[in-house]
Amino acid sequence: MEQQLDGQKPVQKASPEMIHSLFLINHSGDIFLEKHWKSVISRSVCDYFFEAKEKAEDPENVPPVLQTPHHYLISIYRGKLFFLSVVQTEVPPLFVIEFLHRVADTFQEYFGECSESVIKDNVVIVYELLEEMLDNGFPLATESNVLKEMIRPPTILRSVVNTLTGGSNVGDTLPTGQLSIIPWRRAGVKYTNNEAYFDVIEEIDAIVDKSGTTVFAEIQGVIEACVRLSGMPDLTLSFMNPRLLDDMSFHPCVRFKRWEAERVLSFIPPDGNFRLMSYHVSSQNLVAIPVYVKQNISFLETGSCGRLEITIGPKQTMGKMVEALMATIHMPKSVLSVSLTASQGSYTYDITTKILIWDIGRLNPQKLPNLRGSLSMQTGVPKPEENPSINIDLKIQQLAISGLKVSRLDMYGEKYKPFKGVKYLTKAGKFQVRT
Amino acid sequence: MSTAALYNDQGAAEAAVEAGQETTPTSSSSGAAFGLFSTDFKKNEDLKEMLESNKESLKLEAMKRIVQLISKGKNASELFPAIVKNVASKNIELKKLVYVYLVRYAEEQQDLALLSISTFQRALKDPNQFIRASALRVLSSIRVPIIVPIMMLAIKEAAADLSPYVRKTSAHAIQKLHSLDPDQKEQLIEVIEKLLKDKSTLVAGSVVMAFEEVCPDRIDLIHKNYRKLCNLLVDVEEWGQVVIINMLTRYARTQFTTPWKEDAVFDENNEKTFYDSDSEDKKDQTEAKPYIMDPDHRLLLRNTKPLLQSRNTAVVMAVSQLYWHLAPKHEIGIVTKSLVRLLRSHREVQFIVLQNIATMSIQRKGMFEPYLKSFYVRSTDATHIKTLKLEILTNLATEANISTILREFQTYVKSQDKAFAAATIQAIGRCATNISEVTDTCLNGLVLLLSNRDETVVAESVVVIKKLLQTQPTQHSDIIKHMAKLFDNITVPMARASILWLIGEYCERVPKIAPDLLRKMAKTFTAEEDIVKLQTVNLAAKLYLTNSKQTKLLTQYILNLGKYDQNYDIRDRTRFIRQLIVPNEKSGALSKYARRILLAAKPAPVLESAFKDRDRFQLGTLSHSLNIKASGYQELSDWPAVAPDPTVRNVEVIDPVKEWAPSLGKAKQPKSDDKFYSDEEEKGEEGSDSSSSEDSSSSTEESGSESEKESNEESEKTSTDSGKSSSDSERSSSESEAEQKKKNTKKKNKPAAADSDSVESEAKDSSSSTESSSESNSESDSDSDSPAPQKISVKAKPKVELKAKKEVSLLDLDDFSPAPTNAPKPSVISSSLLSDLKGLSLSNVSPTLQITTSSFGPEKTHELLHHMTGKGLSAKYHFPRQPCLYQPQMVAVQLILTNTLDHSLEEIHVGDRSPASLSIHCFNTIERLEPGASVTVSMGIDFSDSTQAANFHLCTKEDQFSVSIQPAVGELLMPSTMTEPDFCKEQKKLQGMNETSATIIMATA
Repeated sequence: MEQQLDGQKPVQKASPEMIHSLFLINHSGDIFLEKHWKSVISRSVCDYFFEAKEKAEDPENVPPVLQTPHHYLISIYRGKLFFLSVVQTEVPPLFVIEFLHRVADTFQEYFGECSESVIKDNVVIVYELLEEMLDNGFPLATESNVLKEMIRPPTILRSVVNTLTGGSNVGDTLPTGQLSIIPWRRAGVKYTNNEAYFDVIEEIDAIVDKSGTTVFAEIQGVIEACVRLSGMPDLTLSFMNPRLLDDMSFHPCVRFKRWEAERVLSFIPPDGNFRLMSYHVSSQNLVAIPVYVKQNISFLETGSCGRLEITIGPKQTMGKMVEALMATIHMPKSVLSVSLTASQGSYTYDITTKILIWDIGRLNPQKLPNLRGSLSMQTGVPKPEENPSINIDLKIQQLAISGLKVSRLDMYGEKYKPFKGVKYLTKAGKFQVRT
Repeated sequence: MSTAALYNDQGAAEAAVEAGQETTPTSSSSGAAFGLFSTDFKKNEDLKEMLESNKESLKLEAMKRIVQLISKGKNASELFPAIVKNVASKNIELKKLVYVYLVRYAEEQQDLALLSISTFQRALKDPNQFIRASALRVLSSIRVPIIVPIMMLAIKEAAADLSPYVRKTSAHAIQKLHSLDPDQKEQLIEVIEKLLKDKSTLVAGSVVMAFEEVCPDRIDLIHKNYRKLCNLLVDVEEWGQVVIINMLTRYARTQFTTPWKEDAVFDENNEKTFYDSDSEDKKDQTEAKPYIMDPDHRLLLRNTKPLLQSRNTAVVMAVSQLYWHLAPKHEIGIVTKSLVRLLRSHREVQFIVLQNIATMSIQRKGMFEPYLKSFYVRSTDATHIKTLKLEILTNLATEANISTILREFQTYVKSQDKAFAAATIQAIGRCATNISEVTDTCLNGLVLLLSNRDETVVAESVVVIKKLLQTQPTQHSDIIKHMAKLFDNITVPMARASILWLIGEYCERVPKIAPDLLRKMAKTFTAEEDIVKLQTVNLAAKLYLTNSKQTKLLTQYILNLGKYDQNYDIRDRTRFIRQLIVPNEKSGALSKYARRILLAAKPAPVLESAFKDRDRFQLGTLSHSLNIKASGYQELSDWPAVAPDPTVRNVEVIDPVKEWAPSLGKAKQPKSDDKFYSDEEEKGEEGSDSSSSEDSSSSTEESGSESEKESNEESEKTSTDSGKSSSDSERSSSESEAEQKKKNTKKKNKPAAADSDSVESEAKDSSSSTESSSESNSESDSDSDSPAPQKISVKAKPKVELKAKKEVSLLDLDDFSPAPTNAPKPSVISSSLLSDLKGLSLSNVSPTLQITTSSFGPEKTHELLHHMTGKGLSAKYHFPRQPCLYQPQMVAVQLILTNTLDHSLEEIHVGDRSPASLSIHCFNTIERLEPGASVTVSMGIDFSDSTQAANFHLCTKEDQFSVSIQPAVGELLMPSTMTEPDFCKEQKKLQGMNETSATIIMATA
């Protein structure tokens, strides 16, 4: 039947809508959900995608944009799932990609994770969501606040109640947000405890070369907000040192002109969790590198073994504790197994993926963590040309490494006194040490 | 189906139990006896019964299971009759699920689908806008040709609906109807035309989308709405923004002339001017070929710029491509930062953005050079990301940064990802040919790689070296020999072929090695790949011509082998070569020239980017991404040589009073938001002049922000009671003492606010209605004809604002007419403000320019000298805004000098000034200033129409203090009254590099 329909296709004029169909495909290549916004496109169109997936080996390497005789396939890979959309005509690819990520974000927000099992369990809600998010292939409601008014996210309690009473997930009040001048907030929000929390989270992206010099470093920061305030609060967040910020992007609620003129963030916040802004600090000398890595990885020319020794020590930590320290190494294919001793923490080596993970934990400046031992190599294979690079993960609480500080938060428009809080956190982003 | 019913002996109760576990058809308990088909039938029979029951919960359960079937791509079409009955259900969720089903299957069951139509028709008249909208949504999604007239009617009605949400839905429905029945095009265009006029931000994106689908060629529909769309853009939802920006890009390319100077078009050499100061650019433009950007063109660029800060990557990309295709060359640079920012986003976003940067970086190295390091490759990047980054790094290579790049490449060559290592070698080759300084270094590096253990690396090196050697073969016979030695160890065909070609080409440089190699090849010829065989034949031919003594037999042997090869290309080639080099009676004239044919000097290959030809596609499009023309791609037209009539975009002025009435009545909170965004909207409707005088320059932004802040303070102050003044002072820590003082006095003057609501609206009103506006052009001084009077200005008057605010707050909200007019309240508003507003009003009289003098100056003073730095002498200044008495070019400044010491100060006067040419009319020396006393003196300063600070020394008998006065743009302007048409006329005469603007919203028209 579907095949037939697809057969009729060429007769029809190419449908003009942006996103025609969506297929969700799991890691092993099974299509477990399909949704069409117009006529049905046979799932056989995905064969072209599977072909490309086969060729790419690693799912990360599948090209996001593919061409087939009658369609174009634009896909994203999130949480071991492929979101594959089918389009028929010219469309900005980023438009589709951005939308697919929004869909994945929405699933994440509704179900806590974005995985095959969760989507299968909530297929009806997923379908209802997709129906609201896209009309005729064009995005309709993508703001999670608006969606949540129309389709309530599942909770354990509600699903129990629903089963007993036959209640539903669909909100019985009609959404107001979509109509107002502030589509991201609904009217009539009420809380007994009014609170506004802001997390300033910075990630250090860096490439450090063999000798320990920083090849490239920049800071990527975001301000995640959790705002639970009644009514229509109008907030102003100001920084001690806004000049630090090189480049930023804002949630649509932020008044851009106010930022341009005064460097303050003025906004009527969405209700709940949202990302207020993300920013970028790139000036190299400003970027402090919190740890140094001393490493010696060598593969012997003769015999089938290699040596590895890694020591990590504090560099510029601004007097704070470095926590959740972790080193990840993608070993060359010829490394069969490792036998190492860690002075602190524990290590694992995955033989199939060739990934060595050393979970260190807290960095003790008095007793530096050290990992040493030997690597056993496959015989008869030339020694690897390049040493593997080390990816570092770490966390520093109560510190924004760029030095960015929130100076104050003011609220207008409402009379109550909200509870306010700001938290800082520094993490390693793509922090890579070349060896 | 009736047989299936017989089988269904399990009853509904069990079916309901089963419903919980039902997911896959194979999990059915129906047993093998029923065979394959009955499973589905039986199941669906259950569902049918559930749907026909009286219980909502059972129906809902059934629908949920059906949706699950649909989601898995299973066929549930035979349930249509049972489901369609539920379309009128009261249960919202049930109804929604029925809609899902209906939209999916209506096409297959057209007759039955018609049963549901009347329900939708009824819902289209529902008083609730959401019900109307969703009815239209589903109705238009049902692809049943019979109902086309009904859909048409519904769309037309919805397009005139009062609710913008319903109108938005109708815009979506237009596309659906168009794809269902293209014959309706003409009627649909009418609806589109109507909806394009809609002023709601909600509708704008959707209707432009419909326009793009239905009638993208009807550019004439856009003219009248162009300015409105530009002005609404910031407030449109993000997806609509993308569509509108893309459409406007296309539009602008047909309506405006090129902002790219003739000589600058896509020329790398002109990189310099791109970076050069504005002054040079200005000179270029005025002298060589005066180009004046259409104000509408400028409007588009200005209004899209803030969107670069959008969180939506598609919006950022859309703005970037708009700038790339529309902005003057020196302005494109502003998109760089935002594009680089996107590289932090998801892998797929990176991929698309990098593709676009790759294309851009070929033409404009300068844009991305400062961000070179952002393109460094990480070992964790996906392969296609790595390759793109490499491409960009190569594009960005210059003499200055090549050493950095090569060092980086060195790391990549060692990568475990061999495909990437090979790509790096190619990249090195490209750098080597493009930058002659490093050719040798690269070549040596590549030769070292020849001893690499990895075969792909070696092979790639050989191929690249071959290309490099072609550019300068004379010095490199060593390398050629080295490669000949390597030949035995290399198995990759392309590399072997390359070496053979090299030896053949330069056989005279390696006379001993070449014949030996040919000998080896003769032995292995039959086992080689085709490409190697072809090159062997070539080598043989060349050697035969140069060294026939040693190689004659070998050549003949190889040609014989080739003659009987399986591949016809090789047989052809062999035959051709034999005829060419071995003279016989048949070969004719050509063989005389064999040597010249085979051993001609060959031009070196040009190594260029794979993205070289991608610029034929509009950036950010699918076609660009695939490098192939996607269906439905619309070519971006070339700039017209002569701009079409710009007046087509003029809109008759809409009476702003209408727009104002509702905004006053709105609820309190949205209003403050309103104030921020939607003044643009209103302004857009006011007509051409105000929309083109959008703010962009920093100086007015400052002044804008000031008033904004002030109004905020105002509202805060008044909405809270006087006891809260402590928080006030806390907030304005940055404010000067003077201002604090002023504020206090202001507060005293103000009667207690009657009602916070009225005050709020007052604050809002005043801030928007008397927002300062000034329009100036620093270039006017280059306009030699008439320097001073040519300057047009609509003076900004912070003072006026304050006054207006203060006064209006006296009014009760009830007295405040819905159409607020300043005119009937002459006693309240100063006459000068009135005249200013009149000057701005739309009357067609007063054609001439007349200078207005203001009867008052702003109270706002600026600190010139603090009493701590001034050793007791404190000085403040302000601009009285009156024509300077001393010289017409001068700006009048009043100084207030105060002595804060306990002894008197003597001989206060103005000392040295800088720049020395600065002309100042000084005040007379003050012989003596008593302790605690202050004196006001006036002086005149000629700022030469620039905002450059005037620096001078303020001297006392003992000391001298260096001070400076920096005027805001508005202070330099002369107030004048003119009509709007005059203003537009004058404005068009300006040719601006600098532009200052602000927004005035007039309450009266």
